Amino acid sequence: MTKSSDGVFFLTGKDFTNAGSASSNLKGILDDMGIPADIVRRAAIAAFEAEMNAIIYAVAGMMRYSITPEAVTVTLQDMGPGIPDIDLAMKEGYSTAPDYIREMGFGSGMGLPNIKKNTDKLTINSVVGEGTTLEFVIYLQGLSPETSG
Amino acid sequence: MKLSDLIENLSLEVKTPETDLTREVTGGYVSDMLSDVIANAKAGYVWVTFQSHLNIVAVASLKGICGIIMVNNRVPARETILKAAAENIPIMTSSLAAFELVGKLYALGLRCR
Amino acid sequence: MTLGEIRGILGALVITQRTDMNKEIGRAYCADLMSDVLAFSVTQSLLITGLTNVQVVRTADVADIKAIVFVQGKRPDIDTIATADSKNIPLLVTNLSMFETCGRLYENGLRSAAGDTP
Repeated sequence: MTKSSDGVFFLTGKDFTNAGSASSNLKGILDDMGIPADIVRRAAIAAFEAEMNAIIYAVAGMMRYSITPEAVTVTLQDMGPGIPDIDLAMKEGYSTAPDYIREMGFGSGMGLPNIKKNTDKLTINSVVGEGTTLEFVIYLQGLSPETSG
Repeated sequence: MKLSDLIENLSLEVKTPETDLTREVTGGYVSDMLSDVIANAKAGYVWVTFQSHLNIVAVASLKGICGIIMVNNRVPARETILKAAAENIPIMTSSLAAFELVGKLYALGLRCR
Repeated sequence: MTLGEIRGILGALVITQRTDMNKEIGRAYCADLMSDVLAFSVTQSLLITGLTNVQVVRTADVADIKAIVFVQGKRPDIDTIATADSKNIPLLVTNLSMFETCGRLYENGLRSAAGDTP
């Protein structure tokens, strides 16, 4: 792979019609760049969970992505309530989602654990009342410097 | 078929040993949506779900569900177990995914009409 | 098992366009919680669900799920069907409950996408 790419998607809180479409588009971009399917899937799943979190909890947010021959990096910055206890939020099954979110198939407390599971590096910075910035990195292992030229 | 038969046949782990495990199971329901269970599950059914939220106990109690089986090794929260014990709703867990567990329940003769 | 056989077993209706009924389906997974679907590596399988919103199709897309069966006669809206068409994800609708759907497919030899332990 010789190319690099970056860009940004804007997310609107509670816009459930478009929720997930940024991640779906990101998946398309990764596919088009010829990134291995397994890495595309991990990136898409992690991005999707992060995107859903922003849509569910925040007023607005943006998803930036940067794809290089070495890694896929996705940063989700939202204007939301913030996460008071990140360790607790990382626990499988822990959720603060209201019932209507559960009825939509989300808020089962698997989102952050899913992101962690699918990524090589995850950092979360959150300020209660201001918002959360979540960044993950997935390394494109198997792509040697020679082939990435 | 009694709940205890299912527990034995499918190696379910009982999380609420103090509840009544001798109830007759009349059918099965699988869903993670509380509203769906409220609308469609029938009394005496065993409910298969990945949902572990406390509210499952109230829904099960409301509908006369004979027991809840949590799949994929889902661990019920402590409050959920306490409430289930208090309301006499058996909670069991299985390492199987819902599809597989339901397949086995179906093979044992349970239906959902 | 092919998608066509699955349609037959479930008496299901295919609601997407240009659906390849010879598509092979080896595994199945049933859930209403999309994070659950994403957590248990259910790649290349059939998703059985009672939810019909567009996120189900997007979840299927990101998780590389082969096809979706909606149970209890629930039909997604036209935009959701269009999204599935654009992602080439076949959608089927059956009047059976999720329990019956899983039971009958299992009886006919389809097995679970997620193993004993995730």
